[in-house]
Amino acid sequence: MMMDSTPELDIRWPIGLLFAAIGALLAVYGALHPDGGKSLGLNLNLVWGAVMFLFGAGLLSGADRAKRRTDRRP
Amino acid sequence: MKLQLIDYAIIALYCAFVLGVGAVLKKHMRTSVDFFLSGRRFPAWVTGLAFMSANLGALEVMGMAASGAKYGMLTSHFYWVGAIPAMIFVGLFMMPFYYGSRARSVPEYLRLRFDEKTRAFNAFTFAVMTVLASGINMFAMAIVFQLMLGWSIHATILLSAAVVLAYTVLGGLTSSIYNEVLQFFLIVFGILPMAVLSVVDAGGWAGLAARLPPGFTKTWSTLGSAAANPMGVEWFGIVMGLGFVLSFGYWCTDFLVVQRAMAARDMAAAQKTPLIAAVPKMFIPFIVIVPGMVAWAILPRELFVAGGQVQHNLALPLMLAHYYPPGMLGVGITALLASFMSGMAGNVTAFNTVWTYDIYQSYIRRNAPDRHYLLMGRVATVAGVAISVGAAYLALQFSNIMDYLQLIFSFVNAPLLATFLLGMFSKRTTPNGAFWGLTGGTAAAALHFLAVRSGLAHYSSDMAANFYGAIYAWATCFALTLLISFFTRPRAESELVGLVYSLTERPRYNRLPWLNRPATLALLVGVLTILLNWLFW
Repeated sequence: MMMDSTPELDIRWPIGLLFAAIGALLAVYGALHPDGGKSLGLNLNLVWGAVMFLFGAGLLSGADRAKRRTDRRP
Repeated sequence: MKLQLIDYAIIALYCAFVLGVGAVLKKHMRTSVDFFLSGRRFPAWVTGLAFMSANLGALEVMGMAASGAKYGMLTSHFYWVGAIPAMIFVGLFMMPFYYGSRARSVPEYLRLRFDEKTRAFNAFTFAVMTVLASGINMFAMAIVFQLMLGWSIHATILLSAAVVLAYTVLGGLTSSIYNEVLQFFLIVFGILPMAVLSVVDAGGWAGLAARLPPGFTKTWSTLGSAAANPMGVEWFGIVMGLGFVLSFGYWCTDFLVVQRAMAARDMAAAQKTPLIAAVPKMFIPFIVIVPGMVAWAILPRELFVAGGQVQHNLALPLMLAHYYPPGMLGVGITALLASFMSGMAGNVTAFNTVWTYDIYQSYIRRNAPDRHYLLMGRVATVAGVAISVGAAYLALQFSNIMDYLQLIFSFVNAPLLATFLLGMFSKRTTPNGAFWGLTGGTAAAALHFLAVRSGLAHYSSDMAANFYGAIYAWATCFALTLLISFFTRPRAESELVGLVYSLTERPRYNRLPWLNRPATLALLVGVLTILLNWLFW
């Protein structure tokens, strides 16, 4: 399945960037302020921040690969 | 609940991205087709997620969690009976007409199939419905944010309206679709951890069932009689009222969702749009309804009391505050904001298209240059948002505005379903039959409403009254359309090619791998939905 959405802006760029940014912010905040009281003893900011960051990074890497493929086309 | 700096930083980051997407897309909005229909170039997964997300407004997210707290798993009927079967139907059977006819809107299809007056009737009722729904969506969110965070109702309404206005004016439907996909992921990532934590905290599914009234975790076994379940509805009301009339009426005829499928790049993508949307849709109950049930099971009752009344609408925000530390709380609140914005943007983009194509271009100024209609689309967006803000303030005057919203849906969508079914599947249905059937069906909904309000008709709950009101409106429209069509002249067959089932060539997908065909996807979605109903019987 083609993943790119329109020729002008692959939708994975904005979503990937936002998730990577929020994920990094959350994970760093979680590492600096371990707060296990609310989330059943889990450092939710760190864990979920990392998950969001990886999701964002995955989308960015997919968008980048698609862009390189398009650029190589004659 | 008090937000910290990190929470505000996440909310600000989200708003900046949403506006940035609109700004980047602005320079690509060259024609009215770019603005209103996204130039028909999206793949199915994008239009599918937007199709689902446009429906995932604040009323849906917070309202369904509230229903989970009030009615338990019975609320899942709004998904597994009241959405998925209709989404399969619209994908397989109706999309070939919508997309294939090249109509730019649902009212325009009605003009092609029937005549001008039927299109005008639908365009006006739909335009009124969308701005009212958008305003009530805004009002519902502002009230909850005031109760939970102490935010001013005026500031919440005006600020969020300004963000939605900015990105829809700049990027039109494309911007709205991009943001709806982004918002879908935000809603899932913002609420999913809380849903998992809450069920673990309640002692798993069995632990949750033990803490709730009997039957609260079941979907069908208490529907033998209206008295046996908290919703006050029996199986016939659920299957016919919700599962058929209201659900098919909404998913098959409401331009708000159909517009997303019309932005797909080809027929296969358009047909797969609602089918792809159905996959996340069937799992939404687990992140929305279940946390509502857990909230009712484990949180003290006094937390739900605001203004001297039990507010089930607080279930989801209360759960976010209960399980999320600062940081994740910002993500959760952003998810609620995102749900609000996607719901509102969906209404606003549907409104500006119907206004510009079906009202302005048809009755006010014909044959203007395309750039004039592009400008009018932007003006209509500003006007739509302004009227929505007005509707939100109007909603502040009423205590039971939700009932009126449901009522508007049963007035507009329920009779329209009969018009579409007869119009798409019978070439004998005439323009006069359709128009007078639609008018009669809407009048039947109004009469039923008056009968309920005056005490002539009585139901166990408002929900049951809405379901039966929809059934009467649909049945009246169906019978009247049939009857009047019998005595009036149908349109020539040559004019109905591509608009009626028997006169339209079915799309063939022999070139696609069988796994990628709409019918295969529909089968998979159908089997999964039956399985979910059976698991929670």
